[in-house]
Amino acid sequence: MTYAVKNLIDGHELIAFRIGDQEFCVNIMSVREIRGWTPATRMPHAPPHVLGVINLRGAVLPIIDMSQRLGMKRTEPTVRHVIIVAQVGPATVGLLVDAVSDILTITDENIQPTPDIANETEKAYARGILAIEGRMICLIDLGVLFPHIESEAA
Amino acid sequence: MDMNEIKEIFFQECEEQLAELESGLLKLNDGDRDPETVNAVFRAVHSIKGGAGAFGLDDLVSFAHVFETTLDCVRSNKLEPTQDVLKVMLKSADVLADLTNAARDGGSVDEARSRTLIRELEALAHGETHAAEPAAPKPVAAAPKPAEPAPVVAKPEVNDEGFQPIPFSFGDFDEEPAAKYVPTCQIVFRPNRELYAKGNEAVLLLRDLSRLGEMSVYCDMDRLPPLDKMNPEEAYFSWKMSVTTDKGEDGVRSVFEFAEWDCELDVRTIEEEVTGEAADDDEPPMQAVPFDLSLLEDGPAVSGDEEPVVSESDATAAIAAADTASKVAQVASRAAENAKAAAAATAAQASQASAAGQTIRVDLDRVDRLINLVGELVINQAMLSQSVVENDNNGVSSINMGLEELQQLTREIQDSVMAIRAQPVKPVFQRMARTVREIADITGKSVRLITEGENTEVDKTVIDKLAEPLTHMIRNAVDHGLEMPEKREALGKNPEGTVRLTAKHRSGRIVIELADDGAGINREKVRQKAIDNDLIAADANLSDEEIDNLIFHAGFSTADKVSDLSGRGVGMDVVKRSIQALGGRISISSKPGQGSVFTMSLPLTLAVLDGMVVTVAGQTLVVPLTAIVETLQPEASAIHSFGASQRLISIRNSFCPLVDVGRILNFRATQANPIEGVALLVESEGGGQRALMVDAIQGQRQVVIKSLEANYTHVPGIAAATILGDGRVALILDVDAVVAASRGQPLRQDISLAATG
Repeated sequence: MTYAVKNLIDGHELIAFRIGDQEFCVNIMSVREIRGWTPATRMPHAPPHVLGVINLRGAVLPIIDMSQRLGMKRTEPTVRHVIIVAQVGPATVGLLVDAVSDILTITDENIQPTPDIANETEKAYARGILAIEGRMICLIDLGVLFPHIESEAA
Repeated sequence: MDMNEIKEIFFQECEEQLAELESGLLKLNDGDRDPETVNAVFRAVHSIKGGAGAFGLDDLVSFAHVFETTLDCVRSNKLEPTQDVLKVMLKSADVLADLTNAARDGGSVDEARSRTLIRELEALAHGETHAAEPAAPKPVAAAPKPAEPAPVVAKPEVNDEGFQPIPFSFGDFDEEPAAKYVPTCQIVFRPNRELYAKGNEAVLLLRDLSRLGEMSVYCDMDRLPPLDKMNPEEAYFSWKMSVTTDKGEDGVRSVFEFAEWDCELDVRTIEEEVTGEAADDDEPPMQAVPFDLSLLEDGPAVSGDEEPVVSESDATAAIAAADTASKVAQVASRAAENAKAAAAATAAQASQASAAGQTIRVDLDRVDRLINLVGELVINQAMLSQSVVENDNNGVSSINMGLEELQQLTREIQDSVMAIRAQPVKPVFQRMARTVREIADITGKSVRLITEGENTEVDKTVIDKLAEPLTHMIRNAVDHGLEMPEKREALGKNPEGTVRLTAKHRSGRIVIELADDGAGINREKVRQKAIDNDLIAADANLSDEEIDNLIFHAGFSTADKVSDLSGRGVGMDVVKRSIQALGGRISISSKPGQGSVFTMSLPLTLAVLDGMVVTVAGQTLVVPLTAIVETLQPEASAIHSFGASQRLISIRNSFCPLVDVGRILNFRATQANPIEGVALLVESEGGGQRALMVDAIQGQRQVVIKSLEANYTHVPGIAAATILGDGRVALILDVDAVVAASRGQPLRQDISLAATG
């Protein structure tokens, strides 16, 4: 019982996913569902990491290639890839990743600060890193990756 | 249901009544003299007053009462609804709306304004012109004097004359003189069955009546059938009453206020009947009556008064005036009675008519939910029939036929559901009429607002968001666009400026046009201002159109001085932004000296769209069918190169620019070969035709519009998305934007991608 209460108060549940040989995670509360890959409709003038849009039970859902969004190589989506449907602010987006690997329960003490590295991109989206069973998992702030339209307007 | 809910319903009804009121007044303003129009106007004010009374909204009641009294004069043909009268009435309608809003939302109203209007209305009720106003209080003040000796002489006629002005005078008249002689009212009250059906009770009315003064009642049971023929819900009794009261006919009528439409009510002061016969026949020629009667009656009236006021000739004059005024009032009240009888008859008809077209109020969220569900149903149905077609090659199975019927049904359901949400733009246009009146008043300009296509239907959400930008634009048009009347006259124009507001459906969108016949845009001034504000370089070479469009820049106002109304620099850029937020576009065309035309094109959101499904560079797109004029298969000989990269297609001896959709949407890097594709000839909002090049046509279908903006962002060149039968998302082409892009305005310029980071 004590564990459960502690978990509710200051524990976080995270969903970990794999892109290439790296592992990342996001807060489970922002994840709506996980589904398989379906071909997306291409959008004109879209940035390269926006693969297009799919039909999610009547709603139009943009699909983001997380690999490209995080500055890595382009993903060639196959049926083995999965889409994490996540809520970011008022919008819902689909994140294309290689696989979902784990559900983690952690507390704030488990989160280590992001190492001081030169690249601004990684520093911007990484909220910290976790060391779980010898693996290194990077905690991502989706709000930074997909800021609102207002703050984005040129 | 608690009180607040009831109150909320009252205010909703008020809004409808106010709209009715305004449209009725506007009809009268246009020369409509149909008694039913006047009645409708009267009823609207009456209902507001009645409801407001129930909620104890005293301000509203007192204003509505004065308004109603004046309208009653119009209804009884005592007051000719001239332009001047209607101007006051329209303003009163505005104040009534303000008071209603203040009662609902709190806040205050301009009391000075309503007081002025109350005075004006009263002046109208008492005589046709303002000049009569100072005279009006006098008779009331003077009336007691001739009346005093009356009880001694026991001449009821004189009593009556002295008293009669009261019902038509101010509410704050001195009651004392009336108390001294108490006329008797004869009332015939014959309730209809509706009276009981609406929960009124004759006994209660009689009891209220008995509180006015001494009363005798005779119940007429002649119509009561034998018991076996009696219908328990029918009204058989009628009453004849005589009440000795100082409240006058109005007091008596107010008892029956809420029952008036459901009964036959005849109220007359007994003494009237003596003189009444003379007046009865000649009620229409208004001027003749007071003259006629005062001649007859002057003798006794003056002779009775001479003793107390012999020295004051002024007073005699006043008495004469009082006399005349009372005659007018008397005749008018008789006319009002006749009118009321007629009104009751028409009201009965009207209530029957309204019973035919009943309405209910539904929460908008429920409708939205239904619309979404039906949208899903349509998509599902399409997916189902597609998979059946794929698995069933002979195509004649009963499943197929059933599916076809299902398709028709779903389509019909969808149409009906969409119709629930669609509303005519009329209420917004009506609000604009008020805006125009107010601004015309403040600026001292004379403006006529012409509205067309008021019944054009568009989604409720669009209507709600339309009012604000439209108000801005109307203000601009009147304040900046139109010249002062003198200047207009000097220019040889009609001193009365015209603002024309038009709504129509076009290309699956609603197009709202606002045209004024004012000075047009002063391009030199705009240009100079833009240079001053560093919006453009001093030597920039701009086309007229580009200069006109500068007014949409933030912080731009060409008026020399900042006025109360507009020109605080938050003008057209705000308008443009709110129109864009609705997914619309705005453009302007202006001719110096002839006026400007603003054209707004807005989507009919949530609506379904008949589209042509086409393939472009391997992608499926939907082109709104309304935009397409014709489709054609280009031949090599019809394609002509023009300049470096442009190509024209010749269609029946005219040349039309060829637009490669795939290239503009960046689906492919090089221009496609037109001979391999299909050209869609489209007509765009900016005028002119373009041939859109697509690779192939897949077919036509009705699609449900899905927002791209909800989860993504606006994509230039794309109006919205939809979901096709195979469950995949297809993009709906924004034809106008694509055409604009082909003119050299790059699509990318205002791109902002929420998801780009």
